[in-house]
Amino acid sequence: MSYMLETNNLGISFGGLKAVQDVNLKIEKNCLYGLIGPNGAGKTTLFNMLTGVYKPTTGSFSLDGENLTGLSQETINHKGIARTFQNIRLFNNMSVIRNVLVGLHNQPDFKCNPFVSMIHAKRHYENESNMRNRAKELLRIFDLEEERNNLACNLPYGKQRKLEIARALATNPKLLLLDEPAAGMNPQETAELMDTIRFIRDEFDLTVLLIEHDMSLVSGICDEITVLNFGTVLDHGSTRSVLANPEVIKAYLGD
Amino acid sequence: MSTIIDGLSLGSIYALIALGYTMVYGIAKMLNFAHGDIIMIGAYALFTMMNLTGSPIVAIITAIVVCTLLGIVIEKVAYKPLRGASPLAVLITAIGVSYLLQSVAQIIYGAKARPVTLFSLGTVKFGEVTLSLSALVTLIVCAVIMVGLTLFVKCTKIGRAMVAVSEDKAAAQLMGVNVNNIISITFAIGSCLAAFAAVFYLLQISATSPTLGSMPGIKAFTAAVIGGIGSIPGAMIGGILLGLIEKLCQSVTALSPYTTAIEFGILILILLVKPTGLLGRKRREKV
Repeated sequence: MSYMLETNNLGISFGGLKAVQDVNLKIEKNCLYGLIGPNGAGKTTLFNMLTGVYKPTTGSFSLDGENLTGLSQETINHKGIARTFQNIRLFNNMSVIRNVLVGLHNQPDFKCNPFVSMIHAKRHYENESNMRNRAKELLRIFDLEEERNNLACNLPYGKQRKLEIARALATNPKLLLLDEPAAGMNPQETAELMDTIRFIRDEFDLTVLLIEHDMSLVSGICDEITVLNFGTVLDHGSTRSVLANPEVIKAYLGD
Repeated sequence: MSTIIDGLSLGSIYALIALGYTMVYGIAKMLNFAHGDIIMIGAYALFTMMNLTGSPIVAIITAIVVCTLLGIVIEKVAYKPLRGASPLAVLITAIGVSYLLQSVAQIIYGAKARPVTLFSLGTVKFGEVTLSLSALVTLIVCAVIMVGLTLFVKCTKIGRAMVAVSEDKAAAQLMGVNVNNIISITFAIGSCLAAFAAVFYLLQISATSPTLGSMPGIKAFTAAVIGGIGSIPGAMIGGILLGLIEKLCQSVTALSPYTTAIEFGILILILLVKPTGLLGRKRREKV
């Protein structure tokens, strides 16, 4: 069978610095997969390669059997990889719902010829109202529907994180990359977030790859994890066995 | 009264041009100094078609098509390869494109000013006041265009994507927005507005020369900065303000020789008090 995400010796160098090398991930469909490692280990760099922000210098990766190496960001997104950001990058001066609508921009269900839009034909209004309904459904999942007309920058931090996930989901991904989704959340919010991640996995038939430092979240929901250290894979396998590995503990805590 | 209408109509021409500057700046984060020269090319397109066909409608449509295509081509050929280059390199390229267009026009049409009469509309009387009809038409058409553009940006998918790209290009791209297309569309819209500006500008001055676009270009750029560059309503307000000031100064004999100085003086004053322009937003740096 083919994996949802498979990377083959994926690596990137910046000048002489090998930021990430020889990463071989095999992630099965509907898996909740964790990516952990000390700061600077190359986790976000790996995300940037998987979303086309950086072009890998070595190796390749494929989504559901289709090789996506070297494609542009928007093409990779169309093929089914969406992400959130470690430092939240919402469209701050747009309303909450418009952030999600941007995510729906390129969905085939909502194709609308610009000329139709320009003359404000009936087709345009139908399309717009369909998009708004879809966006509202997504916001409801994250309990943001009430705040849909607020500016994104006025949301509290935890809700901004949720909105980022909603916006990424709007692009209808097969694989969702979450970059530290629990950062800055309190234990209660983290617990809720875990439920939400499980829920969207089932609801949207997703595979999730997440970077996280919060070990309660990682051990709570991840089926499998990979540990990166200095750009290389230190260990990978089921969450319980990896977290028990003395090498992993040493990398995190020092000797 | 007629001074005010003249000022509003000149102002709305500036506003049309300023919209081109401000939209391109907002989305591609570059100053397209060749924008004024697209107006000049539009004016020559009008001149050529008027001489060939004599029909103002054909001439106007041709000018719109020529300018729109020219905007897209310039972006693809000159600016797209420099995406990610330093802003200074893009700025110099834009100035280069500006001179290129002027030189091409000079080679084809010569340096002499050529007369263009699209149509003359005469004047209308409202009781005591006599108003120039072309000023009124300019004002009304520009107002319609500006309302249409605002609706386009607010209510359509493309408009929304444009705002998203201007907020955060990389994030928009990762959400599946084709940034190159959006930038092309922005240039197309800006250049199309420049074509309209060319039509209305020729109604006022009735002659075209290779440097026709420079002065309105610079004035409109000033207007965009006064309004807060990157802001669409800012460009409209800045343009209209500048047009009004210009016509009011010209109507006072003592001030009229200093008109341009006063306009740019006001720019300096506004930037001193509000460095981001009237409606400009401060960019907060993340810590």
